[in-house]
Amino acid sequence: MIISIASGKGGTGKTTVAVNLALSLKNIQLLDCDVEEPNAHLFIKPRIKEEVKACIPVPEVDETKCNYCGKCREVCAYHAIAVLPGSEGRKGSVLIFPHLCHGCGACSLLCPQSAIKEVNKEIGVIEIGEKDHMQFVHGRLNIGEAMSPPLIRQVKKYINPTRTVIIDAPPGTSCPVITAVKGSDFCVLVTEPTPFGLNDLILAVEVLRKLQIPFGVVINRSDIGDGKVDSYCQEENIPILMKIPFSREIAVSYSEGVPIVKKDNSYQDKFINLYLNICAIKNEAISRH
Amino acid sequence: MKQLVVISGKGGTGKTVVSGSLAALAKNKIMVDCDVDAADLHLLLHPTIKERHEFRSGQTAIIDKKLCKKCGKCIPVCRFGAVKDDFTVERFSCEGCALCSHICPHGAIRMEENVAGEWFISDTHYGPFVHAKLGIAEENSGKLVAKIRQIAKEIAEKQALDYVIIDGPPGIGCPVIASLSGVDCALIVTEPTLSGLHDAERVMEVAKHFNIPVKLVVNKYDLNTAVTAKIEAFCRERDVSVAGKIPFDKTVVEALVEGKTIVEYAACPAADEVKNIWEGLR
Repeated sequence: MIISIASGKGGTGKTTVAVNLALSLKNIQLLDCDVEEPNAHLFIKPRIKEEVKACIPVPEVDETKCNYCGKCREVCAYHAIAVLPGSEGRKGSVLIFPHLCHGCGACSLLCPQSAIKEVNKEIGVIEIGEKDHMQFVHGRLNIGEAMSPPLIRQVKKYINPTRTVIIDAPPGTSCPVITAVKGSDFCVLVTEPTPFGLNDLILAVEVLRKLQIPFGVVINRSDIGDGKVDSYCQEENIPILMKIPFSREIAVSYSEGVPIVKKDNSYQDKFINLYLNICAIKNEAISRH
Repeated sequence: MKQLVVISGKGGTGKTVVSGSLAALAKNKIMVDCDVDAADLHLLLHPTIKERHEFRSGQTAIIDKKLCKKCGKCIPVCRFGAVKDDFTVERFSCEGCALCSHICPHGAIRMEENVAGEWFISDTHYGPFVHAKLGIAEENSGKLVAKIRQIAKEIAEKQALDYVIIDGPPGIGCPVIASLSGVDCALIVTEPTLSGLHDAERVMEVAKHFNIPVKLVVNKYDLNTAVTAKIEAFCRERDVSVAGKIPFDKTVVEALVEGKTIVEYAACPAADEVKNIWEGLR
């Protein structure tokens, strides 16, 4: 089973839930897909065994073959190529803007002169490691790179279907989140009981309904704020899987990079319970079909 | 006119709480919410929408079932796995590159422009406010950010405003880069946790990469004074000034629940520090 941990709003406790859930279960693979700001490794402290460069293909033009016809510029949907045609006595030129390139391959495939080949451009790294019996994979986007989805897709290629896979997703509701949670069997939305938490939870719920992924909610710092997240979940028939009250102990333990289950093992049962709740909802959905 | 962006790297450190207070403290400015996929600043500023515009961006491939001969050429060329075996296009995977439509020998694939969201020009008690809503599961958030920043800048120039204050998104990717580009100062709000430090360091490098001057605020600094000291030392090393340290204060959540900015809600230690921060920034 693949369980992703997401949220509309940032800082609600995705990593706390992902890490502590992973540490409470057996036969786990944890994938940190928040490649812009990966944090799970700060808590797991995995032993990294392998580091792989993550690349996307970008075009390179062989100017000895190119006749500056402009086909590549015309087919590039991302305006990543400019072609200056030559004039009498002056050679033309092709300019490539790798940061705009999505690596779709249209230019190289459609070039009438076969003058374009694709070369790898590094956008980040993937680190693969382990901690005790847990398998761990995360991606880290290079500074200044704009596009995280290709890196997230590459991290997800390491999914090990023989294990329970936990994916720590990035915040928001746009392409990086979609890329991270797509293909999950279940998604846990972590929120907090504030107007910001509720507003962004509603957006995240719309995303998951569009993607048709079953989901439930964890309310973190459940005793601060108001009761509107609770009543929203009730009205919308969304299961509340777990509530984590605010505690200075958790906050301090988080700040030091120590998972709360390591400090206070009574939390382990609570996270096992979260997992059982997820399984119960999944099974119910299967038996209904 | 000066442009100030509030960013954080890590989400949930208090960007919008700080931005909302700056809205109440700064005079003669326009506010912009660039966290277009999970916008929250409107919950504090209570805007009255004056103008509503569609944001069109990107394309999606559509296969015409009548023209499609199921030859299968489109499936292997799609790098995004968006063309399915039954010759339909999975909308969320399609990145609009149009390669399939070029390759199709039967002209059965057309590209349709996406309505990727909406943007608004609003009035608030705090002055003009430009904000947006990215469509659910849409892409191109960076372009939407660039769009509303351009609109805000035009309004600021027309009305001779002194500041454009931008509430930015979390992360370091495309919407963050679009929020940062060309601003006069980036205020990084972080928290005294190892994650907060790790993420602030990365977003600081991004700002440096684009030559943007940076200042830093530690929110809830007293939750872990040891990590706060680490963050301060880290800032000294990099010649980044610490614009302020906001104490952990339960009044912040109370104000939030009431939909008010902290500086207007009640006299409290957090509000005092935010006032100091603004005095130092202006």
